[in-house]
Amino acid sequence: MATSQEPARENTLRHVVTSVLYTVVTVVALGLVYPVVIWGLGTLLFHHQAGGSLIVSNGTVVGSELVGQNFTKAKYFQGRPSAAGKGYDPTATGGTNYGPTSKKLIDATKSTIDALKKANPDASGPIPMDLVTSSASGIDPDVSPEGAYYQAARVAKARGLSLETVRSLIAAHVTPRQLGLLGEPRVNVLELNRALDAQGASSK
Amino acid sequence: MTVIGWLQAALVFALVCVFVKPLGAYMARVFEGERVFLSPVLAPLERGIYRLCRIDADREMGWKPYAFSVVAFSLVSFAYLYVLLRVQAFLPLNPQGFGNLAPDLAWNTAISFMTNTNWQFYPGESTMSYLSQMAGLGWHMFVSAGTGIAIAIALMRGLSGRSASTIGNFWVDLTRTVLYVLLPIALVGSLFLVWQGVPQNFAVYTTAKTVEGAAQSIPQGPMASMEVIKELGTNGGGFVNANSAAPWENPTGLSNLFELMLIFMIGAALTYTFGRYVRNQRQGWALFAAMSILFVGGFTAAYAAEAAGNPIVHALGVLGGNFEGKETRFGIAASALFATMTTDTSCGAVNAMHDSFTALGGLIPMFNMQLGEVVFGGVGSGFYGMIYYAILTVFIAGLMVGRTPEYLGKKIERREVQLAILAALVVPVFALIPAGLATVLPAGLATLNNAGPHGFSEILYAYTSMVNNNGSAFAGLGGNQWWNVSGGVVMLFGRIAIMIPVLALAGALARKRAIPETVGTFGTTSPIFVVLLIGVIVIVGALTFFPADALGPIVEQLLNQQGKTF
Repeated sequence: MATSQEPARENTLRHVVTSVLYTVVTVVALGLVYPVVIWGLGTLLFHHQAGGSLIVSNGTVVGSELVGQNFTKAKYFQGRPSAAGKGYDPTATGGTNYGPTSKKLIDATKSTIDALKKANPDASGPIPMDLVTSSASGIDPDVSPEGAYYQAARVAKARGLSLETVRSLIAAHVTPRQLGLLGEPRVNVLELNRALDAQGASSK
Repeated sequence: MTVIGWLQAALVFALVCVFVKPLGAYMARVFEGERVFLSPVLAPLERGIYRLCRIDADREMGWKPYAFSVVAFSLVSFAYLYVLLRVQAFLPLNPQGFGNLAPDLAWNTAISFMTNTNWQFYPGESTMSYLSQMAGLGWHMFVSAGTGIAIAIALMRGLSGRSASTIGNFWVDLTRTVLYVLLPIALVGSLFLVWQGVPQNFAVYTTAKTVEGAAQSIPQGPMASMEVIKELGTNGGGFVNANSAAPWENPTGLSNLFELMLIFMIGAALTYTFGRYVRNQRQGWALFAAMSILFVGGFTAAYAAEAAGNPIVHALGVLGGNFEGKETRFGIAASALFATMTTDTSCGAVNAMHDSFTALGGLIPMFNMQLGEVVFGGVGSGFYGMIYYAILTVFIAGLMVGRTPEYLGKKIERREVQLAILAALVVPVFALIPAGLATVLPAGLATLNNAGPHGFSEILYAYTSMVNNNGSAFAGLGGNQWWNVSGGVVMLFGRIAIMIPVLALAGALARKRAIPETVGTFGTTSPIFVVLLIGVIVIVGALTFFPADALGPIVEQLLNQQGKTF
């Protein structure tokens, strides 16, 4: 490492000048060149992902694989409750941030449960936790497989499809854990709904 | 709790362990200026930086000039970011046309990133231009992390056997850290994250026509390049408000594993680097062991609390763990793991909303920070925080047996203990006093998102996080002038008032002659030392913060069991 000794008195001004020069040089290197290099390489190697994993249909962007959408109609599977803006607003991400003893949290959970039961009178099995709790991002694109199966009867009825058809479509859209270990099994709601529409089945 | 959940955590920790020795040894070579395999590429860049900045790389500094350099650079980098945020509307790379930040928010944000805190009182996706994100915040993530590591290295030099009046050259330490350690990992890591789905572009936000026919504006931007240094440098400031919970920043289980590994990677490897410096790897492994035990304990408690769930929700007929504020793709185990690791260190990135954790599940991240983030810790700052505790431990052990304490052959005398105590007091003073004030001032209470004890937890968590330069939040708490200004002051003291005593300590220790070990020396590589060290950490943390914690998360847990709401 270094050999010579510093002089007894270090000039304060010198520290400031060095700091300013260092800021200028490293801002260019780390703040401009580095992200541009990643942009270039990333776009070259993984064009789809670098662009935001957009889904394009007939020349129109219909969404992103990464971003959930608000679904209200009975014929579509619905995602989780969202606290992002007015629901699934990707420019206002976040959760409810209600604590475990928050009255607002408990009231909201209660009414979500009631609405879910009302919308899915033919559903069987316990209520899936993910369908009655808000996600952290507010744009969670997924529901659990249980969350999708819970809605299968409603969707089948609304579309005049057999329950089996809908259930097998869900099964085909379950994303398993990576390497059998990482992440949780899940269903991308937007992709599942698009697959339903693509089947061209009659809808009410 | 599930087997898969435990395996996910075990895999993350195993990966961290794999890198401890190679990365730790590599860093020791880098910091001592030796040639490494990247030298052919990076040495010319390094020399170029010295030439452009007129740095005399051969000049060694005593602790005072070293500290002056740190302070001068911190001030200049703060001023630069403050100005950038105040004028971003007039600058390029602002496709959404975001306006300038108000003075109090710019003050808070500039200090936040300068101090490696990355507390954010703003939602990134609707506030920051791309230029501010990459050339302002992203740049700070490199240099504030590099500064922390440089100071840790200076302390290691002080602790190493040599006797000298100097502790290195700040500019060289900073440059070599950034060029040889942070940048190569960031380059490879960014591309890995792009592969997993993290965007990297400069496009205007995309307007999508959703399946049900609504318009949805989808943010874009240079996210991947910032994401990787956010974790690697234990910075934690998200490109968007939801941070690593947002699918752009953390799209898959694999990206989550990778980000978790990055958070611990450098902090863990520095214990090995330390072993190299003091020529006794067992000294490094002793610190590593203490850190690992505290990590496992914290994760176990957080995971158990979150898996147990919220009894009030159970009473509504929905069974299972607490899933409010968590993402489907991560589930409960990986969310509890992220919360533990991000607060063991000074990272503060989140993949779930800590505000919505169960009371006990939220206490763990808070308590991790209250211990001073010494479990692998912030890059650099975790190491020097741990050395404070090690000095306190040998001091207490010395009192018990009536001998002058020594650590690594250096006598621990009045000055060293004073400096360690000074640093130990910074956290409680700048966390508890402002928290007390905020609970009685209308401006402090104005932006709470929760009532009852959880509201107090939001305040306590905020100042605990800011003074420890963590940056995670019980994020329901909103910003206003009180929070912006007081938070800035707290973050500043949390950084500077700990760093300067560290450098003074490094200088004081560097001057001491190492004395040979005798039979009476209290060994600092034994399991007894590890246990004692853990004891000191937990007891100091618990004694200092227990009364405040009792008013927040602890009482909330009891009321939660009784079904009380606020």
